[in-house]
Amino acid sequence: MTSVSPEQVATAVALRSSTSPRRRVVDAVFKLFLWISVGVALGTLITLLIDLITEGWPRLNSDLVVNMPSARPERAGIQSAIFGSLWVVGTTALISIPTGVSAAIYLEEFAKKDRWYNRLIELNIQNLASVPSVVYGMLGLAFIARGVLSFGFTVMTAALILTLVVLPTVVIASREALRAVPNSLRHGSLALGATEWETVYRQVLPAAVPGIATGTILSTSRALGESAPLLLVGALTFVTFNPEGFDSSYTVLPLAIFRFISEARIEFRPLAAAASVVLLIVLLGMNSIAIFVRNRFEKKLR
Amino acid sequence: MVIRTDTALAPVSLRATGATRRRLYVQALFKGLFGLAAFLTVGVTILIVLSLLIPALRFFSEVSLGEFFGSTRWTPLFEPPSFGVWPIVVGTAWTTGIALLVAIPFGLGVAVYLSEYADRRVRAILKPFLEILAGVPTVVLGFFGLFLVNPEIVQRFWPIGTVSTFSGLAAGLVVGVMIIPTVASLAEDAMTAVPRGLREGGFALGGTRREVATSVVFPAALSGIVAAIVLAGSRAIGETTIVLLVAGSRPTLGWNPGDQMQSMASFIGFAGIGDQPTGSTGYLTIFAVGLLLFIITFLLNIVSIRIVRRFREVYE
Repeated sequence: MTSVSPEQVATAVALRSSTSPRRRVVDAVFKLFLWISVGVALGTLITLLIDLITEGWPRLNSDLVVNMPSARPERAGIQSAIFGSLWVVGTTALISIPTGVSAAIYLEEFAKKDRWYNRLIELNIQNLASVPSVVYGMLGLAFIARGVLSFGFTVMTAALILTLVVLPTVVIASREALRAVPNSLRHGSLALGATEWETVYRQVLPAAVPGIATGTILSTSRALGESAPLLLVGALTFVTFNPEGFDSSYTVLPLAIFRFISEARIEFRPLAAAASVVLLIVLLGMNSIAIFVRNRFEKKLR
Repeated sequence: MVIRTDTALAPVSLRATGATRRRLYVQALFKGLFGLAAFLTVGVTILIVLSLLIPALRFFSEVSLGEFFGSTRWTPLFEPPSFGVWPIVVGTAWTTGIALLVAIPFGLGVAVYLSEYADRRVRAILKPFLEILAGVPTVVLGFFGLFLVNPEIVQRFWPIGTVSTFSGLAAGLVVGVMIIPTVASLAEDAMTAVPRGLREGGFALGGTRREVATSVVFPAALSGIVAAIVLAGSRAIGETTIVLLVAGSRPTLGWNPGDQMQSMASFIGFAGIGDQPTGSTGYLTIFAVGLLLFIITFLLNIVSIRIVRRFREVYE
């Protein structure tokens, strides 16, 4: 006996009934519109990539990553920006991942959902995720760079600001990973006499690590491309040395690109394109790692 | 789901030996630490509000609300300064409006295609591409908008009025592309959540794929779709780098989208680059505009959360 899926039946019925020519035309036009939509999204991405590579090609060589920024376009490079980004994003990850995962564990494993303060935290995180990133830059300018902490325009200031920017997404992604852990695992552990914390630490967390890793890598990669909040705390300054500590001044890749774009001389344009290609390659690398981790995890569950 | 063990552990802990008590202490310690991390996020919101409100209040002790909302000249960093906020509010409306005109049809088109038309193989290829598009840094999109979209597309093909080297129109188009993935993925989630039975009912009544998509799935997912659009709009309002690079930094109040423009967010970026001394009027102005921007995006976010809550169809 051949089995017929409901979809096949549906398609058969749909095919038979769409005989009216007007309907067929409208259906085709609609489908065409959907294809155009996909085409706009993909076409823009492909055009963007081709444009960057062709414009940046003359400058896509080792000089780009070895040279320091310079007022002379033929000698300018992005070494200090690459090291600055490593420092800033590395520090951001070090602060935001433990904090975000902890908050996620609390909300997912310990918090009683009916308490008003827990509901407040959830709403609040949802709202923080949609605060424009430039607003975090202002918070950083008022309280971190100047004001209470007065860290100045340093690596630490930038890292703290980016931590605030990515924290909501780290929490949301980690919660999803924790939620995906089957409850039977928790029940089994508790039935054997483990405390809630032991259950979380020995059973739930290990099972959720791949999901958390995927989520946190994707969130951290957002910090790598972020430019707006750092405009306010001195990342656009001309820096020709690599950071040596948390209190060093710095620049980051997106803002090095920003500088190249806003230079009046057209010779800086290929540099901006080439640096963008470098930034995109690093981001794609991080994305691929995240997707790789996710795929391995999915296979293991089956 | 959270499993309570309090009751199960109660008899044990009554007769608790030292070891068990230690285990419960460890548990309380970690629970407290994690709770602290979670409450920290509320602290962030309070810090945001304080950091914006204090300088903004000082700003409004120097500049009257009447001038801020009543005048139409925005030159806060130049002599003589003038603090009429409308030019940058209208600039924000232009870039956001244009962005939504791009992102709503095409984003929803992508969402319908992914959720109702594409088979699993196509989805597996398309979705990573959308994620890549969503991950392109805004400064890179700014490059694209300034050096390709504006001169090669907008200046060449825009039929009405003139387009300058920096244009709000090109900025809006690029921001629109930036938020297509936001609209597409949130709307697709909403449509995928519509139960299959509804679709099958539609097909059984003789509906075509398009008819089922537009008259069954779309209305059923409407609350999620509207929320997706509101969230995307709020991202467009707050977008700083693209608007700053592509639309320029001269605020204009007018009817030509091809003009140079400044949005609220791009003003903050522009003034921030200038490194205003703490407490100067320029510094305070940034925070007054920031407060306005925060209030607008905050209200939009509340609206989107309420739409989802109030109009969500519950399927059982």
